[in-house]
Amino acid sequence: MLEPDVIDRVLAEAKRNGAPFAEIYVEDRRSTSVSFDDGRVDQVSNGRDRGAGIRVVRGETTGYAHTADLSEQGLIAAARAAADAAGRGDGGSRVVGLAGRAPERGERREVVTSPTEVSKSTRVELLEAADEAARSVSPSIVQVSAGIGDSVKRILVANSDGVFVTDEVTRVLFRISAVAEGDAGMQTGSESLGHTRGWEVFGEFDVADLARSAADQAVLKLRARPAPSGQMPVVIAKGTGGVLFHEACGHGLEADHVAKGASVYAGKVGELVASPLVTLVDDGTVAGEWGTRSFDDEGHPTRRNVLISGGVLVDYMWDHVRASREGRPVTGNGRREDYTSLPMVRMTNTFVLAGPDDPEDIIAATPEGVYVARLGGGSVNTATGDFVFGMREAYLIENGRITEPLREGNLIGNGPQVLRDIDMLGADFDMGGPGTCGKDGQGVPVGTGQPTLRVASLTVGGTAA
Amino acid sequence: MSPELLDIADRVVAQTQPGEQLEAYVARGSSTEVRVYAGEVEHFVSAASEGVGIRVIRDGRTGFAHAGTLDPAAVAEVLAEARENVTYGTPDEWAGLAEPDGVEPIEQRLWSDELASFATTAKVDLALELERLTVALDERIRVDDANYVDGGGEAAIVTSTGVRRHGRSNACHLSVSTLADGDGETQTGFGFSVGAHPGEFDLERAAREAVERATRLLGARKPPSGRTAVIFDPFVTAQMLGVIGSTLNGEAVVKGRSIFADRLGESIAADGVTLVDDPTDRRAYTATDTDGEGLAARRNVLINAGRLERFVHSSYSGRRAGLPSTGNGVRGGYAGSPGAGCLALRLLPGARSQADLIAGIDHGVLVLSVSGLHSGVNAISGDVSVGASGIVIRDGALAEPIREFTLATTVQRLLSEVVEVGADEEWLPMRATGVSVLVDGVTISGTS
Repeated sequence: MLEPDVIDRVLAEAKRNGAPFAEIYVEDRRSTSVSFDDGRVDQVSNGRDRGAGIRVVRGETTGYAHTADLSEQGLIAAARAAADAAGRGDGGSRVVGLAGRAPERGERREVVTSPTEVSKSTRVELLEAADEAARSVSPSIVQVSAGIGDSVKRILVANSDGVFVTDEVTRVLFRISAVAEGDAGMQTGSESLGHTRGWEVFGEFDVADLARSAADQAVLKLRARPAPSGQMPVVIAKGTGGVLFHEACGHGLEADHVAKGASVYAGKVGELVASPLVTLVDDGTVAGEWGTRSFDDEGHPTRRNVLISGGVLVDYMWDHVRASREGRPVTGNGRREDYTSLPMVRMTNTFVLAGPDDPEDIIAATPEGVYVARLGGGSVNTATGDFVFGMREAYLIENGRITEPLREGNLIGNGPQVLRDIDMLGADFDMGGPGTCGKDGQGVPVGTGQPTLRVASLTVGGTAA
Repeated sequence: MSPELLDIADRVVAQTQPGEQLEAYVARGSSTEVRVYAGEVEHFVSAASEGVGIRVIRDGRTGFAHAGTLDPAAVAEVLAEARENVTYGTPDEWAGLAEPDGVEPIEQRLWSDELASFATTAKVDLALELERLTVALDERIRVDDANYVDGGGEAAIVTSTGVRRHGRSNACHLSVSTLADGDGETQTGFGFSVGAHPGEFDLERAAREAVERATRLLGARKPPSGRTAVIFDPFVTAQMLGVIGSTLNGEAVVKGRSIFADRLGESIAADGVTLVDDPTDRRAYTATDTDGEGLAARRNVLINAGRLERFVHSSYSGRRAGLPSTGNGVRGGYAGSPGAGCLALRLLPGARSQADLIAGIDHGVLVLSVSGLHSGVNAISGDVSVGASGIVIRDGALAEPIREFTLATTVQRLLSEVVEVGADEEWLPMRATGVSVLVDGVTISGTS
């Protein structure tokens, strides 16, 4: 994307005020999106976004500037702006020259058919089929909205420490939501499918199945009763509940929160922070998953990082800035939304490994409680550990059996407490749907996963007594 | 203002072919973000961006494309792609661009030269000063970060149907996030100040609020479950208004996704509720003179003394509903095409202060913050369930702090159970103003 000698000159300019570290991140992203709504193609659109971000780190200060002008002149101007933003200081003069070197390339093993080779009519046909499948579920389905978005993003990262990588990241996303109307109003159901892969995903998964599932959820909820309120045991189906760990402890294990003492997990490495059943992993290398990458957005290879092992906190997640301050290796968790954004510590695919229990036994062993078949998004305050996440499809558990469907609501808990309260963990496992994790205004794709599990006590935020 | 953006848009629209409608939106902007921590600059981001979005409509089919550059070759490619995208669309009899409707934009001062020429070092100094002031107020307080952010830009929109506008605006704000340490616990808070230029900042107030929000919650416990009256603090009300606004969105109405679709002219809220969308009020953070389709922004009364008066419409949803656009085309920059949405919501304030509202309650909760709106609120079913923290109200006075509980109700019930709106209106950096609101019949879920 850029010649090594150009990069050398840009990095040299970025270090002109004596900063010890300079980096260039270049991105060229092509995207296509087709949306289908109200029984017709709503819009077909294309996007092209490219640009570069230049980061200069001097002491505690990071300067960042970005530009859509990828000429050498444009990059030099951005480098100067970033250098000035970082301020002056004596940081040494180490520069690892890149001239004459070829960048290390990310693997492309996951992409069989690039979405760029697929016609827009194919996208429209898939969406028409999905719309029809959802509407065929029941006459009470009154509205369906669906979309396909795909992108091919080429990136280049080079820094003054000698990192020099390029990668091509291909993602496809399908989403559908259905509205059902009954005597008591409207209800919604939704499904999504997202992979860091090519179009072949649609040969393996049937969008009509996802459409019917979304419609089934909406129809089922027409007869749902208000969710209960108060503390009770909650069983969460495999796959869907990874967001619990993402919120209950994932964010709190990001080294930037930890370094500022804004995490309930600060200073807890080596301590028992969860039920001994829990082993939590963040792994950016899982083939084809939504949060998967060959390199992170700082050019470091992604890895499998064990965060909690048998309930004991093993390590946090690290990016360049936090790791270099602590004099320790990075973990491949430096990510950014796009070239306009500073990288920070982010999760990739975060999941809990399978446990010992038969999933059916978990329900049978719960006299009364709530079974959550599908969770929605969530959020957390890392400093207090208080987090919420939504139930999109849930049922009452009565006498060890799943009974009536419940209306939507949030669950609330405190991270460290909930991790200790996980008292049963299934021998099954699944990854959940594609998620977008928001932090400091930036959204990045993340995966989550977990086995069926039970939390002995969570607060269910319904309206029923 | 440079006429360059308008020129670029004009050149695109000049290529309109017979039987085609064409819209070009061209924008350029820059921003600065300074974050300080522990007396040092943690990061300084200097950003510049530009781009073009082109919408083409032919035979009722819509195509769109965008690029994050104004390079002439790229602009030409965007037009070609938008045209190609049209061919995959389904005809929609209501599809079409906005047309001039004779409503003149209300002139507003949206650009500050003082902000545009504000020195970089002064921006850093403001953030450092805010951090210093905050920490000095209370020994239990740490600052997570203090920020100065500004942004400005210009945009031009030209359509083959006769819309042709350009404008520019800039704004700035300061914010601080706090951590309060108590007996084995930490609570968090935030404070901010918004201004057309830095001379309008109130640093002391931002610092004081950030300290109070965090320290007030020290010692908070989980409350018992039950049904109760609550007072939403102004910031919480502003968040809730965003949800309510989405149920009054004309696009949701015409596509059968609004709980209020068939209720026009009926009472949907308590008498004390008058909800206005008014981007022409200069005090609003999202004030603007034109909407995302280039029509004049205007004041629309959505709910008048409890009665549903109108929905907000874009030209598309309006045409479909047989109504004119209300000037509520909303566009997220050059990368997206416009839809309908509220621009600057305002719940008209009442007569009494928050303290007076509290004094009138035997038992209730002052809700200081809510979380999980994106996961716990369903604007289509109307279900509302959010995480919350706040302070118990007992015998007309604030008592102990509480946290880790949920509030649950429905949008319909929330509107109809509004008992009183306070007088303490606040202009926040959001799409809605804040004001204290007393609501009855909310379910709290905490300890069993």
